Amino acid sequence: MSDEPAVDVHGLTKTFGTVTALDGLDLTVPVGQVVGFLGPNGAGKSTTIRVLLGLLRADAGSVRVLGGDPWNEAVTLHRRLAYVPGDVSLWPTLTGGEAIDLLGRLRGGIDPQRRSELLERFELDPTKKARTYSKGNRQKVALVAALAADVELLVLDEPTSGLDPLMEAVFTECIHEARDAGRSVLLSSHILAEVEKLCDRVTIIRNGRTVEAGTLDELRHLTRSSVTAATERDPSALARLPGVHGLTVHDDRVTFLVDNDSLDTVVRELAALGVRSLVSAPPSLEELFLRHYGDELAAVGVPEP
Amino acid sequence: MSVATTAAPARAADSQTFAGTTELLRFALRRDRRRLVIWVLALGGLTVYSAVGLGAIYPTAAERQARAAVISNPAGVLLSGPGFGTDDYTLGAMIANELALTVMVAAAIMSIQLVVRHTRAEEESGRAELVRAAAVDRRAPLTAALIETALADAAIVAVITAGLVGSGLAAADSLVMAGGIGITALLFGALAAVTAQLTGHARTASGAALAVLAAAAVVRGVGDLLREGGSALSWFSPIAWAQQTRPFVDLRLWPLLLSVAALAGLVAASYRLVGSRDVGAGLFPPRPGPAEGGALLSGVAGLTVRLQRPSVIGWAVALLLTGMVFGSLADDVAGMVAGNPQLAAAVGATDDADVTAGFFAAASHYLGIAVAAFAVASVLRGQAEEASGRTEVLLATAVHRRRYLGAVLGVTLVASALLLLVGGLGTGLAAAAVSGDTGLVASEVGVQLVHLPAVLVCTGIAAALLGLAPRSAAVAWTVVAWAAVVSFFGPLLHLPSWAQKLSPFAWLPRVPDVPLDVVPLAVLTLLGAGLIALALATFRRRDVPA
Repeated sequence: MSDEPAVDVHGLTKTFGTVTALDGLDLTVPVGQVVGFLGPNGAGKSTTIRVLLGLLRADAGSVRVLGGDPWNEAVTLHRRLAYVPGDVSLWPTLTGGEAIDLLGRLRGGIDPQRRSELLERFELDPTKKARTYSKGNRQKVALVAALAADVELLVLDEPTSGLDPLMEAVFTECIHEARDAGRSVLLSSHILAEVEKLCDRVTIIRNGRTVEAGTLDELRHLTRSSVTAATERDPSALARLPGVHGLTVHDDRVTFLVDNDSLDTVVRELAALGVRSLVSAPPSLEELFLRHYGDELAAVGVPEP
Repeated sequence: MSVATTAAPARAADSQTFAGTTELLRFALRRDRRRLVIWVLALGGLTVYSAVGLGAIYPTAAERQARAAVISNPAGVLLSGPGFGTDDYTLGAMIANELALTVMVAAAIMSIQLVVRHTRAEEESGRAELVRAAAVDRRAPLTAALIETALADAAIVAVITAGLVGSGLAAADSLVMAGGIGITALLFGALAAVTAQLTGHARTASGAALAVLAAAAVVRGVGDLLREGGSALSWFSPIAWAQQTRPFVDLRLWPLLLSVAALAGLVAASYRLVGSRDVGAGLFPPRPGPAEGGALLSGVAGLTVRLQRPSVIGWAVALLLTGMVFGSLADDVAGMVAGNPQLAAAVGATDDADVTAGFFAAASHYLGIAVAAFAVASVLRGQAEEASGRTEVLLATAVHRRRYLGAVLGVTLVASALLLLVGGLGTGLAAAAVSGDTGLVASEVGVQLVHLPAVLVCTGIAAALLGLAPRSAAVAWTVVAWAAVVSFFGPLLHLPSWAQKLSPFAWLPRVPDVPLDVVPLAVLTLLGAGLIALALATFRRRDVPA
């Protein structure tokens, strides 16, 4: 296997009539890593995934999946990847077990042992007709079919929608196992806690364009930590330091946000004030995410964080 | 005081019984506004055009009498009416005898589709749950569906009555003929309201109602064949009740009382059922199925076979039975013509063999067009599969697009060939049984299989549309509809030759009436193959879902 990433997308553009769905999107999934693919509804996540699967044809840009061209080499590549759509639709007259076997066989075989183990872990009854399944159970059918496949890349489009918290935990476990087995995973989601828990890297898109990409740590460096401290002397002067934002003082407690590259200077100044207690938290993914969409929130009347 | 307090909740509950009906009805009319206008105008237009056209084509009594002779042959009787007024074939009698059946069946199909669309289909999709969670009574969706259907049928009655009266026909007879069509159509809508309560699936619900409609058409056809003007058997068919009003010949109203009584019974039954069952549930609880996929489920072809199997079996049974009805007439045809020199002259027959051959050519034509309808429906299922996201799931596995579409088309064509075979077999076996000539089995199967190239062209047109313009692929139905119009009304309406030739079936040699000519068959096959190649190439190049 070469060093070429499992997924490598540069400047991807896709339009539907007059609507530009993807507008120069970049996305990389390094081999053996779990990459979170974030964006609000309608940002272009599913469109990107359909291009990666060779279902939609890219208008411009370069797209490589497992070293190949997804449009021209779809069949060869699909033997090496598995896909879980966000809204799973199954054949109403087939049972869940039949659908799993069909999809497994079409991908080039299924491991019966892994299949039955996954059925048990996801507590899925394979003898029910698909039309009687709830959304969560349909999702499980697609997950079992994908996870039971011996593939190099998993492409998961909001795979946990409709799953209960218990099943989400099983899913988390399965993704950890997949990574340990050396598989690459592209996980599109808007559940930030899930991405934070599972992913090595994150790509955030907006209006069909990549706005942020990197490891979670790298992204955190670009933003601010929150600091709450109790000091012996008046902390108001901290507000004048570069990189400190939104400082408020209540009695002897001070809270403020600080740019991560100014953290060192600010903590030294703080220490000089006589620290009695100190809590500092790195920004959560949620804060990261909201920072990019803050203007949209403002537009609908929600105050910026 | 206590009386007032206990009575109040009961009254409140009563006033809620049909809550939401008006809103649902308004919504249904809005959703269906295009389809309703098309149905009403198409059926009204066909009737009015025929009334005007027939007056011009058959201006004299002698010409109409010759037409009466033609329509009195068995194939004609099966597809028209009981033959009232054929001894004095006026324009009105002609319309009531030859046109009413087609319009009635088409309006019944419309009614069945409308009712199922707003009852079981809504429940199956889960949308009914959303609606019923609002302040909507459990009977409201059914009531709205029935009222919408009644309004649509009433509009058809109004358009037809106005058209017929406008062409100078008697007002009372026009109204009774149109009213019979409307009541019968609504009756089948009410039947669909019952089947929609019994089965969990919209397809099964409309399929069951359509099967009863087909049986009703066959029963009245055979009943009317047994005796001109209808035999006891005819009276088992609701279609016959409307025809037995004898409009434009000897008008009587009482047969429609049977229709009204049946309509009331079916509506009552549907309300009884809808009031006592769970949302989304049918009469039969779901049973567990196999936990593992069988050997069939290892490819797209296998999957397609599995998905289409119930519908292919249904079509096969229908074609076998219809073929047997046609075949069983083998002996009677010659007999009827022998006693009617005028009819013999009209069909250009010089001996019995000619007459029988002409009849079988026409019968095989009807079965061939039915198989084309199956083929188009089968290809267009691909459109629904794609819209539901299931095609996407398949194409995300190691299945090539050409292979996917190729498998769907391959299964469609093999199933179509099988259906033609079954139809031919039904005709041949019954014909051999009544005539004692076992050679008819092989020859009727052969005659039926000659239609395969025309079915192939229809399949190819549907497939090419699926590849090129998937959103408007339903346009493929116009080819089948036109083929049916040409076959049923081409000779009656004297359609120009070029218009008839737009139907792929018009190019087929009319075996066994005329000798087999392979050139048109080869041309149709090449055309069909070319369309399928176009479909495979365009489907490979487009976005999925489109």
